[in-house]
Amino acid sequence: MATDPDLMPAKPGLFARNCETLLRTLIPICVVVGLILLWQFIITVNGIPQYILPGPLAVANSLYNDWGTLWPALWVTTQITLQALALALIGGVGIAIFLVQSKWIETAFYPITVILQVTPIVAIAPLILIYAPTTQVALLICAFLVAFFPILSNMVQGLKSVDHNLLNLFDLYGASRWQTLLYLKLPSSLPYFMTGLRIGGGLALIAAVVAEFAAGSAGAGSGLAFRLLESQYRLNIPRLFAALILLSVLGVVIFMITSFIAWAFLHRWHESSLKREN
Amino acid sequence: MTTSQAPLMPAPGDSRKRPLVVMRSVSKMFSSGTLALSDMSLSVEGGEFVSLLGPSGCGKSTALRIIAGLGDVSAGTIDWPSSRINSRGLPEGDISFVFQEPTLMPWQTVFGNVHLPLKLRGVSKAAARDEIMKTLATVGLQDFAEAYPRELSGGMKMRVSIARALVTKPKLLLMDEPFAALDEITRQKLNDDVLRLWRETGITVIFVTHSVFESAYLSNRIVVMKARPGRVHADFPLMTSMSRDAHYRTSEEYRQACEKVSNMLLEAIGGEEH
Repeated sequence: MATDPDLMPAKPGLFARNCETLLRTLIPICVVVGLILLWQFIITVNGIPQYILPGPLAVANSLYNDWGTLWPALWVTTQITLQALALALIGGVGIAIFLVQSKWIETAFYPITVILQVTPIVAIAPLILIYAPTTQVALLICAFLVAFFPILSNMVQGLKSVDHNLLNLFDLYGASRWQTLLYLKLPSSLPYFMTGLRIGGGLALIAAVVAEFAAGSAGAGSGLAFRLLESQYRLNIPRLFAALILLSVLGVVIFMITSFIAWAFLHRWHESSLKREN
Repeated sequence: MTTSQAPLMPAPGDSRKRPLVVMRSVSKMFSSGTLALSDMSLSVEGGEFVSLLGPSGCGKSTALRIIAGLGDVSAGTIDWPSSRINSRGLPEGDISFVFQEPTLMPWQTVFGNVHLPLKLRGVSKAAARDEIMKTLATVGLQDFAEAYPRELSGGMKMRVSIARALVTKPKLLLMDEPFAALDEITRQKLNDDVLRLWRETGITVIFVTHSVFESAYLSNRIVVMKARPGRVHADFPLMTSMSRDAHYRTSEEYRQACEKVSNMLLEAIGGEEH
């Protein structure tokens, strides 16, 4: 039987697909550029002074001229954020595995983790600052405490949501506790872990900034939060905006990296990362 | 009425003389207080294809899980006269289980899923490759080794599940309503596949189902169960001179077998209402 070419579904051409990808990238960029132009336009037309609201040009200028001050601060904040996130990942996953070992362990320890989480970090920060050997360590502890909880609670949820039949199957084949953890529970909780990672990544940055506000540290080893405060005191509003933009960029980069990691691990099998045609 | 006859064995061989598994007066009470099984005795010999048939809540799945060692008995014993017993009282590597759902690991390929029972015994992928591919070929999935479960149809997923159960070459295959969620055409196909595998490998099968037609088509022995509490109502052989295939499905013999099984089931359900 000959196939009627008229009945074949039309495949989207390479051009059409590339066009869509291009538009997906171009549209958000156009919106941002448009808003920046509008911002500059309002500043210029109304003659708003720089110390109230600087225009994007002034901010770009500050970003360029103050790079020597801003770059080390950005690096410090990035380091604290990433170190805190790494510790939170190790701690969150480790303690989650410990908690789900028995109902009694969970009953005993889970409330403590909740208390740590619900107590506002700014309120504990002064205490941590007293006990920690250096300000950097104090900031790290604060950021860790905040990022740790979403990873822990998601991991606990994931480890407890393993398909009951699969657990039975492992049991039937005489799998050891270690094998069940390694081959079943951990891979099965990967989607939950990724959710925790994405939330934890964002929170680690927020906590690193908030803790630095609370610490009010100064000097060469300071992060972007201190540069923000310093710019505020000196009414150097363009630099304040420049520091703010750097923080946003850092946040976006962390979000993109964690989203990419989630995609890389899940796209072949998990519902959340699959492309559907219907 | 309770019918209890010694089941007729197909071509008895040496390994088929001793019972493979013997349940003696097994009762199971859940922590909620529900008596799921009451005083159930059942002896299955090597090479049999036994269907546990009954209304929902009659304890047939519970019985199967207890045989598999998934859950303790409240009273009674389970013996494995012809197997070596491990520390948990189960025959080492002799049983496999096929659940109602395919129960595959979505993050593993078909190959990885079938490899699982061997991996848990410490057999590497490379060492297990030939055996896995051979088993996949017996269920017609040799070309899908690298596919992920989400890329397969319901019937194909079930085949993977069956391949995983067979890869360890077990003596006893326990199947818990494996085809209940599949469409009629796929179910018939898989029924034929299971029968072919049973004939080729000489494996013993205990098959839980609520379908009269399925049990009459597949088994050479049927155990009809009664609910509240779950217990054996009738236990009878179902032999046929025909080979079980498409012709058998439309034959008078199959119709009579279905009628017999159906009557037994009606009796079991009827008895429950009074």
